[in-house]
Amino acid sequence: MAGLTLNHFLVLGLILFLLGGYCVLARRNAIGILLGIELILNAANINYVAFSFYGGQAAKYDGQVFAIFVIMLAAAEAVIGLAIVLAIYQNLRTIDVSATESLSG
Amino acid sequence: MNNPQTVDFIRWIVVLPLLGAAFNFLLGATLQKKLGRFAVSITGCGVVIASFALAVAAFLRMLELVPSQRFLLDDLWRWFDIGGLRLDIAFWLDPLSIVMTLIVTGVGGLIHLYSTGYMHEDPSYWRFFAWLNLFTFAMLTLVLADNLWLMFVGWEGVGLCSFALIGFWYTDQVNTSAGNKAFIFNRVGDWAFVVALYSLFSGLSKVGHPTLIIREIARYAPLLGTQHAYAGISVATFVTLLLFLGATGKSAQIPLFAWLPDAMAGPTPVSALIHAATMVTAGVYMIARLNFLFSMAPLTMLVVATIGAVTALFAATIGITQNDIKRVLAYSTISQLGYMFVGVGVGAYTAGVFHLMTHAFFKACLFLGSGSVIHALGGEQDMRRMGGLWHKLPVTFWTFLVATLAICGIPPFAGFMSKDEIIWSAFDTGHPWIWSLLWIAAGLTAFYMFRQVYMTFFGEFRGTDEQAHHLHEAPPSMSAVLVVLGLLSFAGGAVMLPRFIATFSPFEVFLAPVFDSPQTLAVTAQTHHQGLEGYFAALSLLLVAAGWLLADLTYRRKILSADRMSRFLAGVPYTLSFHKYYVDELYDYAVVRPYMMATRAAGWFDLHIIDGLVNLAAATTVLGSWLSGLFDNYVVDGLVNLAADATLAAGGRLRRLQTGSINGYLYGLLAAVMVILLVRAVLHT
Repeated sequence: MAGLTLNHFLVLGLILFLLGGYCVLARRNAIGILLGIELILNAANINYVAFSFYGGQAAKYDGQVFAIFVIMLAAAEAVIGLAIVLAIYQNLRTIDVSATESLSG
Repeated sequence: MNNPQTVDFIRWIVVLPLLGAAFNFLLGATLQKKLGRFAVSITGCGVVIASFALAVAAFLRMLELVPSQRFLLDDLWRWFDIGGLRLDIAFWLDPLSIVMTLIVTGVGGLIHLYSTGYMHEDPSYWRFFAWLNLFTFAMLTLVLADNLWLMFVGWEGVGLCSFALIGFWYTDQVNTSAGNKAFIFNRVGDWAFVVALYSLFSGLSKVGHPTLIIREIARYAPLLGTQHAYAGISVATFVTLLLFLGATGKSAQIPLFAWLPDAMAGPTPVSALIHAATMVTAGVYMIARLNFLFSMAPLTMLVVATIGAVTALFAATIGITQNDIKRVLAYSTISQLGYMFVGVGVGAYTAGVFHLMTHAFFKACLFLGSGSVIHALGGEQDMRRMGGLWHKLPVTFWTFLVATLAICGIPPFAGFMSKDEIIWSAFDTGHPWIWSLLWIAAGLTAFYMFRQVYMTFFGEFRGTDEQAHHLHEAPPSMSAVLVVLGLLSFAGGAVMLPRFIATFSPFEVFLAPVFDSPQTLAVTAQTHHQGLEGYFAALSLLLVAAGWLLADLTYRRKILSADRMSRFLAGVPYTLSFHKYYVDELYDYAVVRPYMMATRAAGWFDLHIIDGLVNLAAATTVLGSWLSGLFDNYVVDGLVNLAADATLAAGGRLRRLQTGSINGYLYGLLAAVMVILLVRAVLHT
């Protein structure tokens, strides 16, 4: 583990975040967007855990606890997100998010 | 007198007629329809006759006691107990009230029997008997009450029944307004009666005996002494004057007599029972009942005697010109009641009560006789359309004649014994001018009574042919009653013979314990002219004979023309008398019209001032609301609308941002994050 530094983890997190962000921005499929959000959240998790590991004694477990919270939040968010997707499907017979422009003000 | 014997059957004398009334009020209409009038008659008459039987039993029981102990008490229950005033529902029989009870139930029972014939065709037969029973109940309550409040209950009750029975044929406006008149006149007297009770109670409370029980008042009245009520008038005088005003209302004396002639609008048995034999004598009874109190007030006694004498003469002068057969009798009743008041007013209580009793006999007989005539003529009451009826209605004629002789005071008929006793007492107690009024009234009585007899029963029949065809003697139920009352009118006076004929007066002896209080004895002892009685009786008879002769010459032999006499001899007095001295008109102008004007003024005030104020308040409210509405509409709503419009306008602009495109939002989000990062980067360097 000697070769691995905080930067490696940060780069991994960045790559994951960019992939997730691209996925969210580019996909029109609602489930795809949800997948992208999961990637972004997990990228943040990696950052949390990494900072926790390299962050010194003062806040040794804070990052890990936050990561657990985020996982839990992600699960809840997935449930609600999928429920919304189902509702959209039932109403519009599609999960293409461009079809939801009827929500415009 | 301190320890009256307690018995428990007196209540039934009073309650039985009440039960009869309740029965007929509740079931009478149905019974009459289903079973016929007979069922109504049985209860209606039965209860009164049963009451009479009980009264006779009580009378016999009383005779067994020693004279000074002849007091029976029937105490039902404690009525109320307020501020030291403890009164019971209790009935109290003493020689005076038993005499009155026998009259009420006896004569009343006869009149009930008579009514079964007289009212036979009436559709409201049951209602008549119900009210008649209720009247009997109220009258017996008045008579037998052991305290003055209970007496007042009866006093009011008879007034109510009188009102209802005068207006019995209520479909005719005349009858109902006659009922109203009687009731309203009586209210004036009742008011005085109540105030008298308050004053008496207050006076007795001040000497430490707060009571209204009659026998206790008798015991403690002397303690009132010269206690003053107002302006130097003693309590006794004040109370008795008010009580007498109450009596003038109930007993139709000046100034409250005008209702009685109109009360003849009721069915004839009602006139006989209520407005001749019983209710109108309540005032006399009340004074005799409270003799110990009246005897303490010489001023009141003088007022009573004076009013009585003036009324006796006054009513007699009206009686001589009336043409309605019942109206003549009504004025005669007022006149005879005047005699009774003179009796009790000069301290001859026994004579007053005695005349009350004989009057009940002969006046009931006269009224029922006139009822028989009216019945035979199919409702005709004007004597100018009668005449020659004596051989068609023999029973009615003979009984009517007997009663007429009685009322005129011809010996040996009952009226002579009682009336002459009063006339003599007036002179004997030192009131010669009262004697002279009564003496003239006696002559007038003979004139108008024989005028009535001649106009009704003698000469040619002046009615229609149809009436002549239908003339018939009354049915047995009516004529039998007439015969009984005729016999009583003849012989009823035998219980108290004038002293110059014989010393036989069980009536006086029987009543003596009632009038034995020291103050009463002090009054009755004031006799001045012993031994002249016979001469005065002869003097009275002389004038009576003159009156009779004048009536005979005018109305039977027609030697004197009544018309010419009235026109030529006494034009003004005749007119005055014929129009009843314009007393009704006087009341109309003095009381009725001002009252109507006052009500109209009050009505106008209500309509214009009060309603105006109310309308003004309403208009003010409307105006205020309108202004408040304007404020609401333009200021408050304006502000609200302004806020709403501002929000709307802002929303209209902002909504453009809401494209609905999720990708758009996400790009926006990204851009915002970038901007934030950029700003931070710039700020931190």
